[in-house]
Amino acid sequence: MRDLFSGLADNGLGVTLVLLLIAFVAHEPWRWMGLWLGRGVSVDSEIFLWVRLVSTALVAGLVIRVIAFPAGALASIALSSRLLALVCGVVVFLISGRNMAVGVLGGALALAITGFAVGS
Amino acid sequence: MVSHESKQSGHAREAIMKVPTWVEGAGRWRAFRYGFLRAMLVPGWILLISACGFGVLAQDAGLSLFQSLLVMAVFFGLPAQVAVADQLARDATFFAAAIAVALTGIRLLPMTVTLMPYLGGKDKGPTEQENPPILAKYQERVGQLIAVHFIAVTAWFEGMRALPSLPERLRLIHFIGIGIGLVSMTLAGTAIGYLLVEVVPPVVAAVLLFVSPMYFLLSLIDTGRLPVDIFAIVLGCALSPVFYLLVPEFDLLITGLFGGTLAYLFGRKFRGLSVVSKNSQKGVLRPPSSGEKGP
Repeated sequence: MRDLFSGLADNGLGVTLVLLLIAFVAHEPWRWMGLWLGRGVSVDSEIFLWVRLVSTALVAGLVIRVIAFPAGALASIALSSRLLALVCGVVVFLISGRNMAVGVLGGALALAITGFAVGS
Repeated sequence: MVSHESKQSGHAREAIMKVPTWVEGAGRWRAFRYGFLRAMLVPGWILLISACGFGVLAQDAGLSLFQSLLVMAVFFGLPAQVAVADQLARDATFFAAAIAVALTGIRLLPMTVTLMPYLGGKDKGPTEQENPPILAKYQERVGQLIAVHFIAVTAWFEGMRALPSLPERLRLIHFIGIGIGLVSMTLAGTAIGYLLVEVVPPVVAAVLLFVSPMYFLLSLIDTGRLPVDIFAIVLGCALSPVFYLLVPEFDLLITGLFGGTLAYLFGRKFRGLSVVSKNSQKGVLRPPSSGEKGP
């Protein structure tokens, strides 16, 4: 019980249980709440439009946060390269007639190339 | 019960969508199978690559392979998983980890709310010949509880793309198919990333981590049906760094609420921006020529 709440880093069954507990206490309830709140919502309603715009802005914000303030290996590539690659991906996506695979590939290639060229 | 005439007007009626051919006479199994197969297409592979990135991260944080797979399956939301791995690596307390996860999980709430009309909620979908529902009421309730577990960015996009053009009776099962397919892809990806971490050069690891935000952004643009959607994307991108620096803990929540509300108010002021153009195919916003004239 002591290990369960004082720290997570000792590996084993305790960590596994803590991970499960966190998922069901802190993560899954948002989905249940959405299920409960969303039952009565109509697609034609103003509320629906507003909630959709909020989640759209939120995901866009998430994208920029991950690219501009990265953790791990992405941080080894210069900020200018990361942003350039993101823009490249969007441009390739639009000129390829909205082809998702081509767009993602374009962005990833741009990142790999500029990552090498600009250096870390 | 199935042949409800739904309103064709309004901003959100996903105008003129083509009903897929497999729908004709489809039962549970076919609806599930086509959902599962849909998850094996491009978004599934992108998710697999993103999951590779998580596998790398989880190995780094000291999780076992089993724990990494478990986290992938029970969270099924990469930002929260990254938060958990990060907290674990920093030897954080249970409460710190739970709060970090809860904050990244908030985005699941609006996503679930916006998908619910298509998962047994109020949207009745395209009219079809008299077909009986394929699920009993209690099965629908249990199915919904299972279905919402798969809601994360990728499944949300796929749901928003696939479900509106399906008749109501097939949607829930189809979405569960998509979800189970996507979970399978992420489990494969996690295992690959976890086991290959030693061999991968840093640039490749960076590209693995880049793929999912790139895909999220393109999906936003692709599913953005209205001019206000595009406006919300631009606002979200612009506001996020500002709020990240001002209030790092709550940046996403505030970015979403502020940017989304601003886009919404803008759409109210200029009515034309939040109405689907009759010319736009599949309900997707087209470039200016066929798009809205504006105010």
